[in-house]
Amino acid sequence: MSAAPKDQAVRDDAVHSHGDTHGHGSRRGYLTGFVLSAILTAIPFWLVMSGALANRQATVLVIVALAIVQILVHTVAFLHVNTKAENGWTLMAMVFTAVLVAITICGSLWIMYHLNSNMMPMDAGTM
Amino acid sequence: MSSATYDPDTFHLAEKEDHDHAHGMGGTLLGFWIYLMSDALIFATLFAVYGVLSTSYAGGPTPGEIFELPLVAVNTAILLVSSITYGFAMLAMEEDRLNATRLWLVVTALCGIGFVSVEMYEFSTLVAEGAGPTRSGFLSGFFALVGTHGLHVTIGIVWIGVMLVQLGQRGLHVENRKRLQCLSMFWHFLDVVWIGVFTFVYLLGVLR
Repeated sequence: MSAAPKDQAVRDDAVHSHGDTHGHGSRRGYLTGFVLSAILTAIPFWLVMSGALANRQATVLVIVALAIVQILVHTVAFLHVNTKAENGWTLMAMVFTAVLVAITICGSLWIMYHLNSNMMPMDAGTM
Repeated sequence: MSSATYDPDTFHLAEKEDHDHAHGMGGTLLGFWIYLMSDALIFATLFAVYGVLSTSYAGGPTPGEIFELPLVAVNTAILLVSSITYGFAMLAMEEDRLNATRLWLVVTALCGIGFVSVEMYEFSTLVAEGAGPTRSGFLSGFFALVGTHGLHVTIGIVWIGVMLVQLGQRGLHVENRKRLQCLSMFWHFLDVVWIGVFTFVYLLGVLR
């Protein structure tokens, strides 16, 4: 019985070697993800703090695009979402959630923006 | 498989787990992933609330006046480093190196504590300046969103502490591996949420 933990570790290793290796990522995968996300974080902070792009609209578009790319990098490199993990169900759940997140955020902003606009005259009158 | 060398009665349960593990840990990881997706919806509603209220200053301070980007950059760097150190903990776990796993978990927890400390400093400075959550709709939304994220990180730190105790008591057995993988998803998920926070709250706020 005293040898049990060691034996079990060996068994886990055997299972890992033929079964679940693509689920955890490799050292190279983690390091690639880290370098990419460091770059993708540094650029937007630099853009905003230095004001390198004179055009505000362009700056907004660039940093939002970089954020979306960085979220994808983290999802693949750190969360290991791919078409094979859990038979594709993690990916399926994530895509579904992304749709709900987009509807929640865009829908709220859209509706509330128009609601605010329509309330404006009353605000001006009472203030 | 050379399972003939093991006592089938003693290892019956472990073996069952192992087989499930080969196909995704018997649904535990997928179940935890579904929880994280529901957590993502909580953050989505908080982002939506912040987005709607983000210009309701009520005559109070604007984002450009109160956000300190250098502080946010430091915090972002800390959280990013904690992601890679947790990754190293997972790699050490894969290689059955118990002490290396514990060491990287401790480093990750220290990064997490650093992150929460900087955030607490930021919050206390804001409240001291009279920019607390009750000042305006913008600040209510800000504190609700960023505070909820900070609370998640705090819970992650507590979870790392619990895992360090469990690893000390029982080592890298199947259940602990499962828990560490769930914690891995939790920790990296919080980093993904933080990308949204620093982009949409801080950077776009200062640009406004």
